[in-house]
Formats: sequence, C-alpha cells, structure tokens
Amino acid sequence: MAIREDVIVIGGGLAGSMAALEAADSDASVRLITHKKSTLRHASGLIDVLGYLDEEEPVADPFAAISELPDDHPYSIAGEAAIRDGLARFDEAVGDTYQGDHTDTNALLPTFGGAIKPTARYPDAAAAGLASDSRDMLVVGFEELTEYNADMLADHLAAADVPFAVDGVELNFPGTYANDSRVTRFAKRLDNDEDVEYEGKTMGAREALAESVKPHIGDAERVGFPAFLGDDHAADVRADLERELGVDVFEIPMGPPSFPGMRLADRLKEAVDDAGIHISAGNPVIDYEADGDEIEAVIVDSKGREVPYHAEEFILATGGLVGKGIDSDRDGTVEEPIFDCHIPHSDDRYDWFDEEAFGNQPFAHFGVRIDEGMRPLDADGSPEFSNLRAAGGVVGGTDPVAEKSQSGISLTTAAVAGQRARERAAKREVSQ
Amino acid sequence: MSSKPHVIVIGGGSTGCGIARDLAMRGVEVTLVEQGNLTHGTTGRMHGLLHSGGRYAVADQASAKECMIENRILRDIASHCVEETGGLFVKRPEDSEEYFQKKLEGCKECDIPVEVLSAEEARKEEPYLAKDIDKAIRVPDGAVDPFRLCVANAASAEEHGARIETHAPVVDVLKEGDEVVGVEVEHESGPGKRVHREPGTREEIRGDYVVNATGAWAGQIGEMAGLEKEIEVRPGKGVMTIMNTRQVDTVVNRCKPKGDADIVVPHETTCILGTTDVEVDDPEDYPEEQWEVDLMIDTLKELVPIIEEARTIRSFWGVRPLYEPPGTGTSDSTDITRDFFLLDHSDRDSVENFTSIVGGKFTTYRMMGEDISDHVCDKLGVDAECRTDEVPLPGSEDFSVLRDYMDEFGIRSPIGRRSAQRLGSRTDEVLDYDGPNPVVCECEAVTRAEVQDGIEGSGSDLNAVRLRTRASMGNCQGAFCCHRMAAELYDEYDEETAYDAWDELYQERWKGERHAMWGRQLSQAALKYSLHGTTMNRDKDAATTDTVISDFTAFDTGVGASPSDGTAETAATDGGRRGGD
Repeated sequence: MAIREDVIVIGGGLAGSMAALEAADSDASVRLITHKKSTLRHASGLIDVLGYLDEEEPVADPFAAISELPDDHPYSIAGEAAIRDGLARFDEAVGDTYQGDHTDTNALLPTFGGAIKPTARYPDAAAAGLASDSRDMLVVGFEELTEYNADMLADHLAAADVPFAVDGVELNFPGTYANDSRVTRFAKRLDNDEDVEYEGKTMGAREALAESVKPHIGDAERVGFPAFLGDDHAADVRADLERELGVDVFEIPMGPPSFPGMRLADRLKEAVDDAGIHISAGNPVIDYEADGDEIEAVIVDSKGREVPYHAEEFILATGGLVGKGIDSDRDGTVEEPIFDCHIPHSDDRYDWFDEEAFGNQPFAHFGVRIDEGMRPLDADGSPEFSNLRAAGGVVGGTDPVAEKSQSGISLTTAAVAGQRARERAAKREVSQ
Repeated sequence: MSSKPHVIVIGGGSTGCGIARDLAMRGVEVTLVEQGNLTHGTTGRMHGLLHSGGRYAVADQASAKECMIENRILRDIASHCVEETGGLFVKRPEDSEEYFQKKLEGCKECDIPVEVLSAEEARKEEPYLAKDIDKAIRVPDGAVDPFRLCVANAASAEEHGARIETHAPVVDVLKEGDEVVGVEVEHESGPGKRVHREPGTREEIRGDYVVNATGAWAGQIGEMAGLEKEIEVRPGKGVMTIMNTRQVDTVVNRCKPKGDADIVVPHETTCILGTTDVEVDDPEDYPEEQWEVDLMIDTLKELVPIIEEARTIRSFWGVRPLYEPPGTGTSDSTDITRDFFLLDHSDRDSVENFTSIVGGKFTTYRMMGEDISDHVCDKLGVDAECRTDEVPLPGSEDFSVLRDYMDEFGIRSPIGRRSAQRLGSRTDEVLDYDGPNPVVCECEAVTRAEVQDGIEGSGSDLNAVRLRTRASMGNCQGAFCCHRMAAELYDEYDEETAYDAWDELYQERWKGERHAMWGRQLSQAALKYSLHGTTMNRDKDAATTDTVISDFTAFDTGVGASPSDGTAETAATDGGRRGGD
C-alpha cells in the first residue's frame, strides 16, 4: 500500500520533532522519518536562543538583540514572532520539565567546562544552578569520573566573578565500581536506588550519596552534581537528594552521553506520539521523486528495498555537519545529500576553517539558505522546490556555536516550516 | 661542583637524548637543554619508521648497513618503544623490474634479511594492498614511538645523574676568547619541570664542553657561538598524514628509486602516510600546504586503495636536518645524504670545546650518540666504554611477557594491554594507582594513572603529557578528553594553570586537524566545536576570554524573581521557586 501523508518530516532531532508537532497542530497527517539515534544525546539539553552578538557582554534579552543581526540571518528571515512561536511550541511539548518561559531574559548557567553560558530555556533539573542567583553554591564531583574536577570548576566560576561563594568537593561515589564504569552505570544506580555499602551500613544509593555530601555543604544553599542524577526517575532522585540534604540540588549539563539531552529526546518522542504523528524509524531517506519543482515523494531505503513516501509538503531536518545532513569531500564539495540543495561554500577546502580553534569558522556557517517560508534556495536565490522546507542544523548562514543560537534556530525554523507546510497542505486538499 | 667533567648537550631530540644518556652512563656530568618539550623539533615529527635499511639499500649502502645493525639493537634495548611490524617493498606493474632486483640484491649486500613474496602472498598478509600489484620484498622494518624512546633515554640519563631542562631555549653561547665555556638559557617557567604562568628566569650554565645537537637549528646555535663559517643545514620539510585506523599492519613501501608519498607506517591505532621533501628556509616557519596532503592520498592509494575513502584525522609536518659538506652542491634535497657529520669546531673554526652534530637519521640515533660521545670523551680525557647498545632503556628491562592487567588493576583487558604496551616494564609501577583509575582518553585507552605519571614527568604541559601517553591523539582529537586531561592537573596545579594548559592543548590539536577537514573528520570537528563551544561555552568563557559579565542581575534569576531586581533575597526564596515542586 502506498504511503501518503500531508506532511513528511525527515529527521527526528529537535528541529524535526518540533516541525512535526507544529505541522500536526491541525488535521494534517504527518509522518516523521528518522534514521539514526537523535543527536540530542550529544546536546546539553539547554535551549539557547541568542547568547552573543559581536560584543564583549552576553545578550541579556535575545528578542531585543535580534534587530542587530544581519538581514540574511535565519532569525531575521523568520522574524521575532516565529522565534516566540517556536519557544511556545517547545514549552508546550516539554511542560514543567523545563523553565525559563517566565521571562524574555536569558538565564546564565554554569557549564561543565566551568564557563557561564546564556540560555533561554533550561531543564528544571538545572534551575537551581542559575549564576544570577546569589545563593552560595557547592559543586560536587566524583573521583570515578573524569569530565571535570569540582574544585577546579568552582575556582573557575569564582574567576568569572559570580555573585555567590562557590566551593567544590571531589568525593567517591558510594558503592564499588570497575575503574572503567561509564556515567550510565552511576545514573542507573541512582535511578533504581540500588543498595550500596556506605560507612559499614547498607543503604539506598540516593541516601548514601546524600550522606557523603552532607559534611561538605557548609553555608551552601544549593548543590550541583554532574548531570547523571537518574535516568527514567530523575525527578525522584533529585527530590530525594534535596530532602536528605535540605538544600536545592541541580545538575550541571554534560557532554555525551548527555542525560538532559536524552531526557529531552524522550519527552519529545512522547509529545510526537501523543500528537498522532506517524513515525518511520531506522531507515534513511536516500532520494526523491519530483515533477518539475514539486517533490512528489521521498525514497526510503528499507533494507535494500526502495520505498516511496508521498506527501504534499516535505520538511528537511536532517541536521548539519554533525548530524550528517551536510556532507563534504576532499575535492571541495559541500552538499546536502538527499535533494542536493545548494550550499554556499568555497571550492577550496582550505577556506573552510580558521587558524584559531575558536576563530571565525566558515564551516560552522555551512547549510542551506532559506526564503521566508524556510524553503532552501538555489544558487540564484530561487526556491529549489515549491514544497520543500528546511529546519534546524541543515539551515546555514550563521555560526550558531559562536552565537549560542543552535536550539533557538531549530525551534524557529521548525515553527515556520511546520506552519507553512500545514497551511499549504490544507490549501491543496481544498483545491483538489 | 663535582670534579667530573661537565658536558652541556643542546637539543632534546633523539640525538641529544642519546648523547646525554651515553655520556651520563660513562660517568660524565651532563646537562641537556631543550627549547621545547623533548622531541620538540624533528624527532617528534616523523613517521615512526624503524628502518631496516631497505630504503637505502640501493643508493646509500653505508646507511643501510648501519640501520640494520641499530634496528637489531633497538629491538633489544627499547622493546617497549618498538613494534615489530615487518615491512614490504611493493612493486606495481609500472615499477621497474630492474630496480626491484637491485633492491633485493642491495638488501642482501647490507645483511638485511629479505624474502620475495608473490602478489598473492603479500595480499594474504596485507589484504588491502592493491589487487594489481606484482610482488613484494619482505624486510624487517618496524614502527617506533619516537617520544617514548626519547623520554626513556632522558630518564636513563637522569638515573645516571644528568640534569634535563626542557622549555629552556639557549639564548647565548658563552665564550672566553676562543673557548666555549657554557650556554645561557631562558627558562620559560623557572628551572625544572615546566609550569605555566611561572615567571621566566635566565641561567648561565657553565661546562667543559658543549655539544650542539639541535638538528635543523644547528646553524642558529653556531651563529650564537660566533662561528665564522656557517653550519649549512638544509632543512627539508615533509608532510605526514595520519589515518583513523590501521589500514595495514606492516610497513608498506613503494619499490621505486625515490619519490614523494611512498610509505605507509602502522603506528599504534593509526597509519601514517609519508611524505614529501621540500627544502625550506626556516625550520620554524614554512607553509603547510594542501597539495602535500592530497599527494599522500592520491599517490598512496595506488598501493592501498582504501586510503582514498578512509578518514584522515590530521596532518603534521617535520623538518629533516639534512646536511652536506660545503661544495657538494646537490640541487635536489632528496639526493642529499642521510649520513651524519660530526663538526668539531676546534678543527673547523678554531673555536674550542664545541662540536656540532648534523644530518643523520632517527634509526641510528644511538650510534650517532656513541660516536659523538667517543669524540667528547677523547677530548676530555675520559676513559670509558659505551654501554648503550647492551643496557636496556627504562621500561624495557625484563619485560618479556605482557600480562593481562584486567584483574590486577581493575581495568578492561584491551585498556590494560595497551597501557602495558606503552609502559613496558614500568606498567606495575604506573598502574598500581591509589584511588579510582578511570579512563581519561577513550580513543587511545589512557587511564588516569598514566596521565598522572605523564604529569609527574613533564609538569603542567599537557602537550608533553599527550606525547608521553598518547591521550588526545585518537580519532576525536581531544574533543572528549582535553578538558579531562586538564582536570587531572588540578590540585597539583591551580585553576589558571590547568585552563591555560587545556587551551594550549586544544589549539595544538586544531593545528593538525585542519588538514583533515572534510567528510567524517569535518563532522567530528563540528561536533568538537559544538561540545566545547555550545555545551561548555569555552569560546566565550568570561574567565579566560575577552567576554565579560558585568551585571549578573540583568539575567534571569529564576521563577518568582523579577528579572530586574535579582538580589540575593529575591533569588533565595525557596519552596515556591520551582514550578514543578
């Protein structure tokens, strides 16, 4: 039986999920085609909108700063309303697991690299770590982990003149572990509240952890841990620790495997399921069929069998260089592999990078350029297809790492792409 | 001061470290000074080939014979630095049969054990060799870790009383009349191990004899000594491109007279493609060019076709310190002899107590060290025999069996095995670590114990720790471990030092990665940029960059606090602060 939808979204990361949710906010039938694991497992789980312009100070109000961006910036093309739409859709999808929607102002949060970062939305689990909160802080690290040293992190926060006293302590995680235990092992132990030996007594891992932290709290009114406080039962773990310790507990977002990122992926998956969106997982889109400038179907490689998926509208949310939505080659090629959408780039690969690791990196700008309907543009500035829209990392034209705008651009482009696709699909149904 | 004669060796490459060990073992007081890390110059920037001599067997048989002799010695005294991979000289259909026969005969004449393999036999050993090769000659080439070898030599020298000063560039050669009496160095961080941010000091080191073992930098030291005749080292740059995995487990050479891009050396978890040879003016400042990287891949794919599709993780360049006696006039630097020259400046320039050693090659570093030590001892009237050919280096003593370290040290066996391969007979001492010993670098399987051992050996310089341990040298190029290595510095060193070291390592990794920026490695680099930029915000770190946060109260202070009055009182309200609770 042929598969036919109103809207097909290719890519199940943050942008793809949000675009699908947006498109499904009507009677439209939506299908989400995902191939590999979500790159959210690499992501911190923070939702940055705009953290920096080309100035010394971080941006306090991203909405006020948008007007200073160049005209071809995705935010300038989409407009402020679209950014707000994207955030609203996100807030709805994640419910009370996230905070930050009470204000337009950016929050400042400590990262596991010891720097302080501006962000627009943060997991509830990270909320007590706000750097603009002046309560004294204790940062806990574990000898069994290597991602950061808590004392060094605390010293580094202090070096940025944070408005609170901050101390660090390195502890042994209660229980015994193989030297090469991964962070998931510790999370599981807390999740299941497994019994461990602590100071000669057998007790739950959560209680034992709290007991080991207690002597170090001092004047601190909040305690930060690496973001592995549980997996499926993270809220319970945190609540138990807070009760035992009598202070607020927060997680410091970490690199992969990132629990906040994976929890967000789980949350989005639930929202997508609840919205009645069809999901085809595990197989890649490799090609498409078009009639002139209109895409009729995308071709999915289903274990060697090529299956067409038909739709009225298509949304490309395959990610950027990291998510493999953009490919490159030694001969100077930079391409979007499914639709071969135009990606502006130099043919000389030595123009793709800057000498300084944190210099202005041209590769970070790689991606499709878009019109106000988020349609990828060809080299002449005309839409590549009448019914293909782009969202997320595949959209280029700015360096979202330097700006701290990665998630915000995903939400914004997803909102516009989803809305337009939904509206256009509905119109066509009426006219048919 | 002791009554022993004191020799100052300038240069912490293989030659300098070899000389320092040799002299120290003969009872001479030795001070070695090096401008950067050990192996800072050419030694740390080579493809890691332990020559059988096969490459020189036609054109330079004297060198070939020396290589084979030293190859045998190093397998013995430096077993933990050497991997006995074996090597092949592969002939393609378009390569000359006459040359193949010459190579075969040449090897035999130089006592290099050889065996001719048919194409089928060669491909059975190395399945990724091109399908259309003709045949191959098997030789006893190997792979060697030049840094481990240098460190082992330096450690042995120290055990015999030598003083080793790294990050101590020579700023002047001290003279009294025609006699060289010492050197003045500038300690980048005070004497001893390098520590970031400690103020530099200058030191005059006086000695009875000075050996200039600075390779491509020999001319600069010669100038400081006021030599009238220039030491004409002709630096030749060469690229080495590192692959993500071992496409071959044997050294693969192209059986051709000479040429660029004719060797693949398996090295630890990678393969190294080499190389080019282009004469440059300045050993520290020369262009690193795209065509060189492309040439490696486009030429070596004729021998190992999958190289074209495989991922390269970085490229680096080294400078050969080639030398030829004045008047030789070789126009093509690839024709310059690989032999070494001992220039006694007493004979050459009427400057006393000063000798330079130039030219030569890594595989014969020990023999060069022996020759120059003989010379120096002769000058100083020291009567002692060289023993470096029979006494194993630290790490290679009594280490015939690699044990399985899984149970003993609580680490998974592949990690334990690789640690043991790197550490040799020092494994017990290093891995017997007090406290949890998690893996710091997953790509290269380096645990905390090894990183801490590296820090103990080289101070807060994470690039030196990297060279000692291989941490951050794998596929991810430090994406997942630069910060972890920095965290290991803390306690011993302060926060500022640790962050400086982190930033320095991160930038150093980027320098080589840039030459692999396409395909999967560009994706990897984008992930690294995102992790360190987006997730950690290190590019805008208010403590280390130009970014400042002057007003914390201008930002979100949490639910229940109004953004404009984010004072302690407001922010500290609890209970109702969190919407979900």
